[in-house]
Amino acid sequence: MLSDDLRGMYYIALKDLKAYYFKAPNISWGILFPFAFILAFAIRNPGDLRALVPGLLALTILFGTSSMEAIVIVFERRIGSLERLLLAPVRLPALLAGKLLGGMAFGLTVTLVVLVISLLTFGSSGVNWLILILALLLSATAFSAMGAFVSVAVKEVFEAQTLANFIRFPMMFLGGVFVPLDSMPFWLQVLARLFPLTYSVEALRAALSGGTWAIATLDLGALAAFSLVLFLSAVFTLAQRIE
Amino acid sequence: MADIIQVEGLTKVFAPGKDLPPLRAVDGIDFTVSEGEVFGFLGPNGAGKTSTIRMLTGLSTPTAGRVQILGLDREKDLPRIKKRIGVVPEASNLYDELTAFDNLVFAMQLYGVPRSERKARAESLLIRFHLSEKRDTPFAKLSRGMRRALTIAAALVHHPPLIFLDEPTTGLDVMSARNLRGMITSLRDEGVTVFLTTHYLEEAERLCDRVAVIVKGQIVALDTIDRLKSGVQQKTIVEITLAGADGQPEKRRIECNDGVEAAIQSLLSESSGQRILAVDTLRPSLEDVFVRLTGLSAEVMLSEKSGKGGGNAVG
Repeated sequence: MLSDDLRGMYYIALKDLKAYYFKAPNISWGILFPFAFILAFAIRNPGDLRALVPGLLALTILFGTSSMEAIVIVFERRIGSLERLLLAPVRLPALLAGKLLGGMAFGLTVTLVVLVISLLTFGSSGVNWLILILALLLSATAFSAMGAFVSVAVKEVFEAQTLANFIRFPMMFLGGVFVPLDSMPFWLQVLARLFPLTYSVEALRAALSGGTWAIATLDLGALAAFSLVLFLSAVFTLAQRIE
Repeated sequence: MADIIQVEGLTKVFAPGKDLPPLRAVDGIDFTVSEGEVFGFLGPNGAGKTSTIRMLTGLSTPTAGRVQILGLDREKDLPRIKKRIGVVPEASNLYDELTAFDNLVFAMQLYGVPRSERKARAESLLIRFHLSEKRDTPFAKLSRGMRRALTIAAALVHHPPLIFLDEPTTGLDVMSARNLRGMITSLRDEGVTVFLTTHYLEEAERLCDRVAVIVKGQIVALDTIDRLKSGVQQKTIVEITLAGADGQPEKRRIECNDGVEAAIQSLLSESSGQRILAVDTLRPSLEDVFVRLTGLSAEVMLSEKSGKGGGNAVG
């Protein structure tokens, strides 16, 4: 049974990547969108561009994983093809994990492109590679799980897009991407702590600036917790919906 | 022959909605399906057909009752059951972006068909369902009949001994529907058990060994078609075809209570001088049985379906 689940996860992710993710508009949008935001900010506030890299990476993972992920499940529910997966010998958590894997694989691929460009531009001295890898993986998991939750919580594709943007855009401006958390009013700092993007930016900043585990562990733990809670919420919600 | 499906007291109650009471969609039904038969599950819209098929195939959880499929308990062994059944839902629901070939391969990947067998099996199914020329065509670009055929092919990739077909010919043109009925017959000839829901009574009459009629969540009849017919009607029916005012044939029927001659006389007296095109004596049809059991006409059942987007497939 476990082997059926693992096989199902792998092939569902592969199918999603082939059918939905690796299309030219997704790839170009996934890379250009975060660059455009960061560039606009850099032109307005020229300064230490290197400091913007963690935010750029976090934004790329966020949009790369969640943009399509938030649509895929609700779209497949609408056209009935999700039913095909539910009829297969794959349990519901494994089915959703397959969906998550697809989103993660795409998000990490486009982020890798942005990471390589960033490292070539600014150099890789002082990078804590293990923290970087964990931060990228856990960020991708948390954002992909968030996309999956959005996708199972709504009934229509346009609702998924609206809800995803309703969550992502405040998160983008409060998550420390453009403005350091320390410079925000206290109540905004508290609010920012409710968003996974905040922990993603912090963990990536720690990784890229030679930060220690003492700083990164809390952020990585928070990302893992967000991943788990959002994934379980998505499984529970989908189970209710298909009844 | 062994029972391949055993259902006892199967019940589905949906939780109350806003201003709505709880809905008892399936109300303690019992039936068995024997190995190798084509079992028809008939009923008007909202009778409980889809709720039943969803519970049997694992898409929804029964509120009460016991289900055994292929000797396995649904409650304990659902993943093993899913591995051994094929399901064709009412909507053709493969992936628009994938080609016919890739859709079959993906279905095989999900069901654990060994990698070495996938290509040959997919090619063989494409040949069988007359889709070889469309091997590399995306699902979205196939005709409705081809999409339906491919959806059935995808349900057969793992050689299931039992297949569920939910309204397989709804919305198809006459030729596609006829081809699909041929495929269903050939499946039965190969020993595959078929659980078929349809609202085309003529289709059920042609294909099914036994039928169950479900109305308001309860099975009101379950037998072979011949026995159902003989139970409902013993009398001969006379049908007279008259030339209508618009040139279209107009059929009228009457039961022979006082003999065939009297029945014909009675029909002629109502014909107001129209030209007689044909006079036939009829055996009762499944439609007559259905009308007697449900109180609904077959036309009502068809119009309910076509309202949901279906087309006429009986031909």
